[in-house]
Amino acid sequence: MSGVFSPTRAKIKERTLRTDKWWLQPAITFGVLISFVIYATFRAFENKYYFAEPLVSPFYSPCLSTSCVEGASLFGQPFNNQYFGIGISPALFILIFPLGFRMTCYYYRKAYYRAFWMSPPACAVAEPHTKYTGETRAPLILQNGHRWFFYFGLIFNVLLTYDAILAFRDAEGHWGHVSVGTLVLLLNATLLWLYSMSCHTCRHTLGGRLKHFSKHPVRYKLWSWVSVLNHKHPTFAWISLFGVAFADIYVRNVASGAWTNFYFF
Amino acid sequence: MARKLKMRIWRGDADTGALQDVTVEANEGEVVLDVIHRVQATQMGDLAVRWNCKAGKCGSCSMEINGKPRLACMTQVASYGDEETITVTPLRAFPVIKDLVTDVSFNYKKAMEIPSYEPPANLKPGEARMQQVDVERSQEFRKCIECFLCQNTCHVVRDHEENKKSFAGPRFFIRIAELDMHPLDILKNRKQKAQEEHGLGMCNITKCCTEVCPEHIRITDNAIIPMKERVVDVKYDPLRWLGTKIRKREGIV
Repeated sequence: MSGVFSPTRAKIKERTLRTDKWWLQPAITFGVLISFVIYATFRAFENKYYFAEPLVSPFYSPCLSTSCVEGASLFGQPFNNQYFGIGISPALFILIFPLGFRMTCYYYRKAYYRAFWMSPPACAVAEPHTKYTGETRAPLILQNGHRWFFYFGLIFNVLLTYDAILAFRDAEGHWGHVSVGTLVLLLNATLLWLYSMSCHTCRHTLGGRLKHFSKHPVRYKLWSWVSVLNHKHPTFAWISLFGVAFADIYVRNVASGAWTNFYFF
Repeated sequence: MARKLKMRIWRGDADTGALQDVTVEANEGEVVLDVIHRVQATQMGDLAVRWNCKAGKCGSCSMEINGKPRLACMTQVASYGDEETITVTPLRAFPVIKDLVTDVSFNYKKAMEIPSYEPPANLKPGEARMQQVDVERSQEFRKCIECFLCQNTCHVVRDHEENKKSFAGPRFFIRIAELDMHPLDILKNRKQKAQEEHGLGMCNITKCCTEVCPEHIRITDNAIIPMKERVVDVKYDPLRWLGTKIRKREGIV
């Protein structure tokens, strides 16, 4: 018997005496995250409907494989479309970076430790595990690599912003046009920047690691601004996740012919 | 307007105990500590409860109210429904002494394990100077009233008694962060000690400490995560380590 049922603790048989709906938040988190994982896995392996000039899905950008459709590869095709006789979707070459950034994110860690691993499911609700070592050993010690994924994530933000800029063209490549797809990609890129810039690692890198704020006024100012964004990091984490999914859904439907990409001008 | 309040109060000691039903009068504006005192005065004369300031500043009346770690003196009776039964228990992460009183000496032992502030050797009394921006950063952590609600709710020790040996807990992570961010503190291995001796790596950032803090200290965002990032600087980031070897910069440690 351990934890709240240890011999010296108050003898209470319930795991928790909370009377509110403490299970609701982890249940919603579980539902939303698992839905995203299932959809993202399906799309990563689908290997089609990811490009409709000038729109490219964020799941497939940059498209770096020889199987990429014409026009989708802006940075060459350094990877083959199959290895060891197995066909590989272009998405699988790149998704590790945005996935790793979100998996190691301090906010998502809270969300999935609670919702998936129930460690703990909610505050003051006893967890079901008999042992706990936290992030001190493999594989969870790898969470300390968050900053590397943050740096890679910034590169992806630049690339997806570039994709959004290219979407100011029409299907024939003429500049100066705006469609619903343009706004969708622009919104996606904006949300991703907000998510990245509000990140705890960003806050640390820009100024948090300093001992003397007073000796580094510029970095202190940057830290102050990022701290404001950092308050909203969970919000940005969720809406940017929805933004990526929606951008992909939009491009998929346009590429498959189900929807028409309406041009404002 | 007075109302009859239904309560369940845990009574017992380290060997045995149970929730006991009681009905007590509660007046408008009263807090849970007020009605516990009325129960003590009228029905349970030997009920043990720790309290002091009744103003949310001493941290004595920490207990669990309807399963949530809270200060009894800051919990309004009116925040519960008219028909709702209020269940009051001692903190469930610490050994119980009697009724609502627990033995929180674990926390004082952990406090003694934290290396104290170490100013430069040539700094004489009265010579220390700090800029306001540097003071403000740690001022948030100085608001801690040591109610130990964060220590109580942290699942690392609440759900795993065996971790008490190696885990200092959120209250002391803010102490470590305060010292590590202090411009005049020169102790160099605070980050390594935080990770290797005080169990910072065991925290999985589920933010319960922040949720229960009555002083609204952003324990996770402003102390624990910054300390985790500082540990990454010195333990898990080879480029950063190389940078500090090649080009030492004052103020960035």
